[in-house]
Amino acid sequence: MPSDPGERVAEHVLEFPGGYTRTTGPVIGRFLTELREGRVVGVRTAEGRVLVPPLEYDPATGEPVTGEYVPVGPAGTVQAWAWVGTPRKAHPLDRPFAWALVKLDGADTALLHAVDAAGPKAMRPGLRVRPRWKPEGERVGHVTDIACFVPEVTTMAAPIRTEYRVRPGQSLARFLRGVGDGVFVAGRCARCDKVYVPYRTTCPECGSTIDEERELPGTGTVTTFAINNLPDPRAPEVPFVSAYIQLDGADVPMIALLGDVPAHQARQGMRVRAVWVPPEERTASMTDIRWFAPTGEPDADL
Amino acid sequence: MREVAVVAFAQTRHTGHDEGLTEPELIAPIIREVKEVSGLSRFGFTCSGSCDYLAGAPFSFVSALDALGAWPPISESHVEMDAAWALYEAWVRLQHGDVDTALVYGFGKSSLGDLREIMTLQLDPYYLAPLGLDQVSSAALQASALGADPAALREIVRRSRADGRANPYALDLPDPGDEEFEVQPLRPSDVAPLTDGAAAVVLAAGDLARELAERPAWIAGIAHRTEPHYLGMRDLARSASAADAARAAGVGKGPVEVAELHTQFSHEELILREALGIPPDAVVNPSGGPLAANPVMATGLIRIGEAARRILDGRAGRVVGHASSGPCLQQNLVTVLEA
Repeated sequence: MPSDPGERVAEHVLEFPGGYTRTTGPVIGRFLTELREGRVVGVRTAEGRVLVPPLEYDPATGEPVTGEYVPVGPAGTVQAWAWVGTPRKAHPLDRPFAWALVKLDGADTALLHAVDAAGPKAMRPGLRVRPRWKPEGERVGHVTDIACFVPEVTTMAAPIRTEYRVRPGQSLARFLRGVGDGVFVAGRCARCDKVYVPYRTTCPECGSTIDEERELPGTGTVTTFAINNLPDPRAPEVPFVSAYIQLDGADVPMIALLGDVPAHQARQGMRVRAVWVPPEERTASMTDIRWFAPTGEPDADL
Repeated sequence: MREVAVVAFAQTRHTGHDEGLTEPELIAPIIREVKEVSGLSRFGFTCSGSCDYLAGAPFSFVSALDALGAWPPISESHVEMDAAWALYEAWVRLQHGDVDTALVYGFGKSSLGDLREIMTLQLDPYYLAPLGLDQVSSAALQASALGADPAALREIVRRSRADGRANPYALDLPDPGDEEFEVQPLRPSDVAPLTDGAAAVVLAAGDLARELAERPAWIAGIAHRTEPHYLGMRDLARSASAADAARAAGVGKGPVEVAELHTQFSHEELILREALGIPPDAVVNPSGGPLAANPVMATGLIRIGEAARRILDGRAGRVVGHASSGPCLQQNLVTVLEA
């Protein structure tokens, strides 16, 4: 059965094959000729202003412009911008970009063009940009001979990497031997009556030599914590929680990871217990403590 | 100046899709309606506004004459612009004094093509059109230059769409929801909807206007101004041409109860309120405005018609109708209508 004629749709294209040939006139022609050479010029008005792109008549006065062409830019300053997240077929770039009004150095008016920037956060009024030219052989004297503008260089990557060989020292070595055995070794200053963990050989308060070792239980209380959103080699999955944990019997907290609990449930006063890696996997290093996990006891008063 | 008034106004129930009507089929009912309302079957002058690029056919406006009855021959003209400028031409024509009535109409079907890219064709062919600068992109640049407050834009969209839902001729559009940017800083609801539709106005001069309408909407002032086309050569945060046109039309010479503004993008309302000097207590776009229905080439005429309607039906005494043309409010026409 034939379809309802009222519902039929005809595809119709309006196109002038090959496009119109437009004469440029001397003013626009000069601008496009300079573009082909990789230069940007403006034209000076009778009042002394520099129009970029050049027009034949001064829009402010209607007077013909002078014959003086002024090199401008190539750098310029963004005055206003709009971000195109999904470029259209006719747009100059096929990836997200900004439209911008760019006041080229030496010009009194702004040129409208595309800016190839990393994202809308990279755009702002005042941003300095420069043209990215099409290669010389591909320039034909057209506004798109400037493929787009790109931000000027204001930052650079500066990688730094130096390598060291570090030994733990006597105090920490003693502590780590304990960790390898699944215990926390602390030191007690007899003069201050304070217990320090990790173990240390001098008291940070009074400077006395610490002689007394103590083994602390693996339980303690969270005194404060931080939710980390940047991955760390020791905690590759984010967010992770690092916490100060005051072991029962210690007078100072120790920093460790908090685990087996969603980040948003971490809280001060939370009772926790050390979770050890199995003895056969231990290396007498801090990674032997997998993390601290909630014991389920009521929170402690701090 | 000769006294000229709007004595009749009609518009289609605009649609957001193609109803399958040709342009003559679209306009015939509203031409009939303004003939009935005015009681006139012939006019001293006829002028229309439309854009051949919307249909992609040269001289497509000529076929629209089939809806008028153009025999015996009529005195007719056309502008390739919004029909608000056809109304201006008709107003000038009536100033000659030899004819007393004019029919003005405009129509547009945005559903046929891609309006955003069709509007690129209005740009200068050397510097702007080759970049593929589309209408929403240039508007977004203007919104950015203005530094428009997102909350203010959202409220303009919400109010316009709510008023549009109460207007049987406008589209039924929901309150704006969470949307990604169309072109940052504009979101899809900041952009007037694609719309098919048409509108017609009858102008009459002097005593004839008083005979044809109980309360003619007298054109107390009408003026249009333009500014440079190239966007980098003007201050996009302001509309100097709208301000000049408003001064010339005498907006500030009396109170403004209602202003119908040709705001195809939400931020344009902020620019136009300032440029036209619309007092804060004036009602702006009670019809919903173009953000609720935008039959391109009729939208500006509808602003004048909607404003005039409030005088014709006795609800207001002094109103403003505004129309715009070109990228980023390049050209502005302001009409002051009084009871």
